[in-house]
Amino acid sequence: MNLSEEQIERYSRHILLQDVGVEGQMKLLNAKVLIIGAGGLGAPAAMYLAAAGIGTIGIADKDKVDITNLQRQIIHFTKDINVSKVESAKEKMNLINPDVKVVTYNEFLMANNIREIIRGWDFIIDGTDSFASKFLINDACVLENIPFSHGGILRFDGQTMTIKPKESACYRCVFIKPPPADVVPTCSQAGVLGAIAGMLGTIQAAEALKFVTGVGTPLYNKLLSFDAKTMRFREVNFKKNKKCGVCSENAVITELKDEEQVACDLPAGN
Amino acid sequence: MKVTVNGEDTVIEKEQLTVTELLKFMKVDMPDMVSVELNGSFLERNNFETTKVKDQDSLEFLYFMGGGSKLG
Repeated sequence: MNLSEEQIERYSRHILLQDVGVEGQMKLLNAKVLIIGAGGLGAPAAMYLAAAGIGTIGIADKDKVDITNLQRQIIHFTKDINVSKVESAKEKMNLINPDVKVVTYNEFLMANNIREIIRGWDFIIDGTDSFASKFLINDACVLENIPFSHGGILRFDGQTMTIKPKESACYRCVFIKPPPADVVPTCSQAGVLGAIAGMLGTIQAAEALKFVTGVGTPLYNKLLSFDAKTMRFREVNFKKNKKCGVCSENAVITELKDEEQVACDLPAGN
Repeated sequence: MKVTVNGEDTVIEKEQLTVTELLKFMKVDMPDMVSVELNGSFLERNNFETTKVKDQDSLEFLYFMGGGSKLG
């Protein structure tokens, strides 16, 4: 496959980059990236990945667009209220870039279906909001050996790390197990500044593009966090946890199970 | 004693204290929402109360953050 004249124009700003070039753009067009969650993080990630020409983008979400989403989930428009999020996201991605094949999963990802759904994707973006989901995605990606980007946001803060199973520390290495259910609901009133979702989701998209093209150094073995109130960014470095329940030599998790849902959720949506 | 918390030097007028006490001292209001790395190793939350922090120790408090969309 060669790039068409239109593609050479469309992707000219990528092709101009010495580290990317035609070869890198071809890698992007042949890549498959799955975004789990078409919400605050998934929305900007999906738009940038579509614009970048990721050849196949998967998007998984069970929700419909709600008016409370529109303050930050920029892939959904006012006209999309009550439309399924994956259909709304697919429409925008195709409008941005008809080169992209979008695969939708209008379903909950649970212990019994996640491994099958993620199998075959090159890279995964975790754009979910509950800790049970984050651990489920982590464990599934480790067991299936698929690299992924973790992202979290709260109020004015964001955090992200990129995980290459077996080689770099995983989410469970750092966070070990979900927080107790009874302490989490207090963040249901916490809220989030809309642009924080854009900042973090865009970092996740950049990590996916770096991974696919092989450019630069992914956020392996480090958690990047920022506080938008001061706009201070900080990196915490670490190593794989030798006692990690899923990715260490002493791993005890060899099969997935659904944990109690502990969402850091807003009452009317996410 | 002097410890480093999230990269910043912190002086505490005690010779020793537990991780739980340090979280309280640092005014962390939801200690269950924090993962603690002590001198490069992550601690189990169950061990916060028994793990001692000593002079020159280095700690990172990493916060649980959700965000994004409900389970896929």
